[in-house]
Amino acid sequence: MSAPARVPRLIEQFERGLDAPICLTWELTYACNLACVHCLSSSGKRDPRELSTDQCKAIIDELQRMQVFYVNIGGGEPTVRPDFWELVDYATAHQVGVKFSTNGVRITPEVAARLAASDYVDVQISIDGATADVNDAVRGPGSFDMAVRALENLSAAGFRDAKISVVVTRENVGQLDDFAALADRFGATLRITRLRPSGRGADVWDQLHPTAEQQKQLYDWLVANGERVLTGDSFFHLSGLGKPGALSGLNMCGAGRVVCLIDPVGDVYACPFAIHDRFLAGNVLTDSVNGADGFENVWKNSALFTELRSPQSAGACGSCGHYDSCRGGCMAAKFFTGLPLDGPDPECVQGYGEPALAGRREVPRPRADHSRTVLLTLARPPAKSPAKPCNESPI
Amino acid sequence: MRGLLIDISQRWRLHPQVALRPEPFGALLYHFGTRRLSFLKNRTIVAVIESLPDHPDLRAALTASGVGGDDEGPYLHALGVLAESDMLVPA
Repeated sequence: MSAPARVPRLIEQFERGLDAPICLTWELTYACNLACVHCLSSSGKRDPRELSTDQCKAIIDELQRMQVFYVNIGGGEPTVRPDFWELVDYATAHQVGVKFSTNGVRITPEVAARLAASDYVDVQISIDGATADVNDAVRGPGSFDMAVRALENLSAAGFRDAKISVVVTRENVGQLDDFAALADRFGATLRITRLRPSGRGADVWDQLHPTAEQQKQLYDWLVANGERVLTGDSFFHLSGLGKPGALSGLNMCGAGRVVCLIDPVGDVYACPFAIHDRFLAGNVLTDSVNGADGFENVWKNSALFTELRSPQSAGACGSCGHYDSCRGGCMAAKFFTGLPLDGPDPECVQGYGEPALAGRREVPRPRADHSRTVLLTLARPPAKSPAKPCNESPI
Repeated sequence: MRGLLIDISQRWRLHPQVALRPEPFGALLYHFGTRRLSFLKNRTIVAVIESLPDHPDLRAALTASGVGGDDEGPYLHALGVLAESDMLVPA
């Protein structure tokens, strides 16, 4: 089962791909009431081609057949779809558990009571600052209070073990203990993930991604607190900062191998952080191979996923002694910062990312942008904010 | 390997909320109640677990899949972990 010496072999198996994803993210809509500056999917406006209720149910049927045990539903803000609860009920009635991410906008006391009565639904509330000032600078005015109200409603209704989902940034990395305390206050579990330069995140990544010094703090905090914090295997690029295995999780890139994304129009991407033509595997409605169609066809037969499941070149990282720990880091982080996929991660803990970022590079534009026309711009960081980029050593 | 104890004279079964998904390397087990995912890392342990309903006790299931002697330790440990995490329950 979990004898440490055998784990690498399992990773090798995973790198060759599984018959069905373990972790499937499904973004139900590009519509969102917020306009977070770092939105991975550049959400805002609904796409007129979004899947209908029946098309969504057909996907759920397929997931049941493939034994995809649960889906991570997101968006956009998924709860603004009028058929959201119908789809949640349909999934859980078909052996597909649901974990959905929300900014809390629809988590009223009534909805919270309904969620508390369900055995197979997990709720993840997004918060990107442990205080309103830090959170609202990224997620917009009033979004902290809205999220806390949702947590209060869930807690009051007896919903157990909600998740608080935090994207770690330069501005909130010093608040990790405060986030843990916030989670404790609501009997919730803290989940922290990496800031990716995907979607609108590309525009703010330079300002918001944690500094090298902060990465070390983050790593130490994770090693000390890892048991009670979920990370979605987000920080494997930090593995080289300590002993192999010190970070919990599989610590590998699962894109197209054990992970993928279905977007609101049925496009399948290698991972939730890779909404771009380069990582588009196919479409659940329009692609078919030898009579096979739907999601299963894309998962099993797409050229992109076949490529990702073949041995990957370590490229420029091949001679680094830490390659076995970090495996070159995150594909999406490299791609959206304009770095080669077979080179170091932009946040490489050995420091190889910084010269690569300083060199000539072309940052790819997102494939689709559903942002509303009036966008939130990154608000001025709060007065007590940690070091600015210009305070960092240039070496 | 320190053994977690599992009673081999007992009949076991998968928890009713657990699903088993075969994979090339073995199988995934998912517990819909606890949300825990476990990996069965070879086909033999998958065969043992799938055959549990056919045998009066765990000993017989292991023997039928050819697990015995020196090989038995890692399997008993793995099955003990599954019992500990409520994936397996007494039948």
